[in-house]
Amino acid sequence: MKRRINVWSNIDWLTVILYVLLVFLGWINIYSAVYNEEHQSILDFSQRYGKQLIWISAAFVIAILIMIIDSNFYSFFAYFLHFVVLLLLVVVTLFGTEIHGSRAWLEFGNVRFQPAEFAKITTALALARYLSSHNITLNRMKTYLRLALIILVPMAIILLQNDTGSALVFTAFILVLYRQGLSLGVLLFGVYVIALFIFTLILGKLFVIFGTIGLALIVLWILNKRFKYVWVAAGILLISGGLFYGINYVFQLNVSMYYVILGALVFSSIFYIILAYWHKVSRVMLLLVLLFGSIGVAYSVDHVFNNFLESHQQKRINQLLGLESDPLGAGYNINQSKIAIGSGRLTGKGFLNGTQTKFDFVPEQSTDFIFCTIGEEWGFIGSFVLISLFIMLLLRLLFLAERQRSAFSRIYGYGVISVLFFHFVINIGMTIGLVPVIGIPLPFISYGGSSLWAFTILLFVFIRLDVSRLKVLQ
Amino acid sequence: MDTFAARRNIIAFVILLIAVIFLVKLFLIQVVSSDYTPAATNNVVRRITQYPARGLIYDRNGELLVYNQAAYDIMVNPQHLSHFDTTEFCRILKIERSYLEKKLQEAKNYSRYKPSIFLKLVSSETYARLQEKMYKFPGFFVQPRTVRKYKYDNASHVLGYVGEVSDKLVDTSSYYKSGDYIGASGLEKSYEGVLRGDKGVKIYLVDVHNRIKGSYNNGRYDEKAEVGTNIVSTLDIDLQRYGEKLMENKIGSIVAIEPATGEILSLVSTPGYDPGLMVGRQRTRNYQNLQQDTLEPLFNRGLMARYPPGSTFKVMNALIGRQEGVLYPGTTYECHGGFYAGNFHMGCHNHPSPVDLIESIKVSCNNYYAHVFKRILQDAEFESISKAFTNWKSHLQSFGLGDKLNIDLPSEVAGFLPTVDYYNKYYGKNRWGYLNVISLAIGQGELGITPVQMANTTSAIANRGHFYTPHIVKRIEGEETIQQRFQQKHETMVDSVYFEEVIEGMDLAVNGEPGTGSTARTARVDSITVCGKTGTAENPHGKDHSIFIAFAPKDDPQIALAVYIENGGFGATWAAPTAKLMIEKYLKGGPDIQWWEDYVTSANLLNKKEEDEEED
Ligand SMILES: [Zn+2]
Repeated sequence: MKRRINVWSNIDWLTVILYVLLVFLGWINIYSAVYNEEHQSILDFSQRYGKQLIWISAAFVIAILIMIIDSNFYSFFAYFLHFVVLLLLVVVTLFGTEIHGSRAWLEFGNVRFQPAEFAKITTALALARYLSSHNITLNRMKTYLRLALIILVPMAIILLQNDTGSALVFTAFILVLYRQGLSLGVLLFGVYVIALFIFTLILGKLFVIFGTIGLALIVLWILNKRFKYVWVAAGILLISGGLFYGINYVFQLNVSMYYVILGALVFSSIFYIILAYWHKVSRVMLLLVLLFGSIGVAYSVDHVFNNFLESHQQKRINQLLGLESDPLGAGYNINQSKIAIGSGRLTGKGFLNGTQTKFDFVPEQSTDFIFCTIGEEWGFIGSFVLISLFIMLLLRLLFLAERQRSAFSRIYGYGVISVLFFHFVINIGMTIGLVPVIGIPLPFISYGGSSLWAFTILLFVFIRLDVSRLKVLQ
Repeated sequence: MDTFAARRNIIAFVILLIAVIFLVKLFLIQVVSSDYTPAATNNVVRRITQYPARGLIYDRNGELLVYNQAAYDIMVNPQHLSHFDTTEFCRILKIERSYLEKKLQEAKNYSRYKPSIFLKLVSSETYARLQEKMYKFPGFFVQPRTVRKYKYDNASHVLGYVGEVSDKLVDTSSYYKSGDYIGASGLEKSYEGVLRGDKGVKIYLVDVHNRIKGSYNNGRYDEKAEVGTNIVSTLDIDLQRYGEKLMENKIGSIVAIEPATGEILSLVSTPGYDPGLMVGRQRTRNYQNLQQDTLEPLFNRGLMARYPPGSTFKVMNALIGRQEGVLYPGTTYECHGGFYAGNFHMGCHNHPSPVDLIESIKVSCNNYYAHVFKRILQDAEFESISKAFTNWKSHLQSFGLGDKLNIDLPSEVAGFLPTVDYYNKYYGKNRWGYLNVISLAIGQGELGITPVQMANTTSAIANRGHFYTPHIVKRIEGEETIQQRFQQKHETMVDSVYFEEVIEGMDLAVNGEPGTGSTARTARVDSITVCGKTGTAENPHGKDHSIFIAFAPKDDPQIALAVYIENGGFGATWAAPTAKLMIEKYLKGGPDIQWWEDYVTSANLLNKKEEDEEED
């Protein structure tokens, strides 16, 4: 009994209050978003707002249960829970119910359940468990491979479920790795590879080959600080390029520009190696490996995209990159979403007075686009309050994470921050047109039992760990 | 051991940075930009124009002539379009896919955000079928309209038709919007402001599926449409229809006026057209067909055709001669086959001689009026022929000739009376004398008078010296009186005392004993004293036009009319019996002798148009 009293008195009530406020805000805005005159009672359980009240009540019960469970339970069972969820993900991929094109749901009677939501929690737990174990430093291949196993496996399965949004959430864990000392070099390299992907898809492999050559020349200068090398290297490439182009032209070989430049580059590289060896120019080999590696990556991305992906997958990627805009598809929705938020002006149209959301101009107005209702009915003041609540919660969690004595608790705390922050950025950014449309819910606000419970568990496990922070004396 | 603790600051910074970016962006779209509020309003607000029914048009006896029928325009607003079952849509509206594609493109070119007409005037049945499926076709909505419906296929030139407003008017008017209807001719045009009523607007809220969710602000901004005002026309539809029947297969015009008021009893112009052709989706095509018809059915001859008045003009010269004191009832001239002056000879037909004033009209002696006209122009009272001529002309103008009468129908023309300048230019100043203009004595030459002007002149003669501007509207519902200008008595420059002998001559022209030279005995009615005068307008392009003016009864004129039958030859042949039948119809309900009606209706004079002038 003594210990239980201890739990309640050590809870960080500020976090709990922020949580309750967000959940309550979500509920009344769901009521407004789907309000109709035939079902005016907010307690009408045939409507989404009635159901959400049930999910909220259940979430509170879950929160209390989490507080009762011993804090050691989470680190002890971290891997086991992650494994169970991975199994569930596999099961759902094979036998799940398909909704909106994603095979991501398990159905029990009329209750639906999305294991991907819970994979975020167990990934955060497993990550915390692994990174908090002794002698882990983020500079060995073995470490990276294990991290990849923890993060990328659930991500890959979710991608297979065709739930791109949920899969992308797992990239948020980079924040955790960053806090744990992921080197800037690795981070930059990761950013570089992602940029290669994107540039290849947006601008094409020909652009990438030019771009990487230019980049290599710049790096050559940075490494050696001598313009002469750069001029020589560029001159050799230009001469061999002209030669290859001339041969192609004279003999009418009809080889495409891409291969002409690639051939010239390979040809020039022979001279580079010889010259570098003679004049002892440093790190030319490394530069060449990176250059050809980049070209190889771009080539593969291009090849896979054009030859292996199906047209709907290509379309989806193009939409994410903003290459394809269908006025009645994603672009239309974003426009309507901005109209909803923008027409709220400073003070909003007032509770239940939003027309954009109420008359279905905004899609998914109680789930992914719930922020539109807030923006439209409560105006900039409402937006400001909501964003402030989220930022207060995130900064509070940052503060809590940093005061943990146990590395497990701290790292898990960052996992929670990563997931909530990613959802927050993508969801609100999407509704105001700053990021592409990726359908993920706004934590605590959006309608849906599965996501509310998952975020509740995610948060309250950390609150529970925080309660016991003094217990761990290491 | 935690060597990367400083990175928490960077993470906190990133979180705050994102918050700031979001708040700045939100501030920009919510507070700074005002573009989104109209866009949101535009999304949910549908302004449906409430088109009022046009006013009804009745004839003088209260018979309904023009009324309205419901029709529906299918409208499209490109910004709300989304994918729909085009096959089903085309099937319901009975349109081709190519039409659909063409109109959607046109609508987008016009405006992405403003509605435009997709398909005009579909029937109630089509509308009912479409209405059930409307939710499947977002971007489309229905605009109730009314179209004109005509009880009879007569009087098209008087009633006119309703057409779409021109782009030019849309640009300059604050009332008319593209696609609105407006009176385009006839009564519909001249009384547009009365008949149209006032458009209203109903503002609805709709959802994304175009379903009406209620009225905007409880209808606070709705405007009620005002129904158009009904009009009672002066037309006697029975007389009008009878006139059109008589004029079948003839080119020409009948204008009948009630002398006591100036009310137009009938205004026939043939060939005419069925006013029903000018309604609905086929209107444009029908209009083009009518426009290309060589007989010009759209041309309102009653108001727009100009003819020389021929011998009917002798009554005018008689009246002016009397007024100017150059002619007396006892003035006689001998006629030996015409008028001779030196080498000049103007022929006359065979009739008893000599003739006095009354007989000159009765027998229509050319020689007599050559002398009268000579004396009018050589009147010693005037220092020159120019002055005398101008005085003569102003007498004519006092009867409403040579200028527009300003009746309440559009397209009226002024007609033509020559001026002194006209002859000065032609012959040289002071280098012309009465002989140069002598054909004016008998109504030939440089004269262009419309049937309505001629009918009005006849009305002024019937009234013994005054007339009321002819008009087509008897009463506007809810108003005490018609326009003041139609109640204003216009005195001619000829005193009423001088009319009696002329009227006597017109009486005898119709009712003189057989064999005494009466020229218009074909207009005789047994129990009514018809006064009339024949005329033949010389036609350089074909057979002469037959003209007859008449009024009846002589002492209490109820009707005055002018009948023009193109290529009808002598006035007595076709125009006089037609006038007589009109008078009988109006005063007695029908002809005494059916033979006359059959005689006129069975005549087909259309093919005479190109024939050469026949010898008399
Ligand atoms: Zn004679």
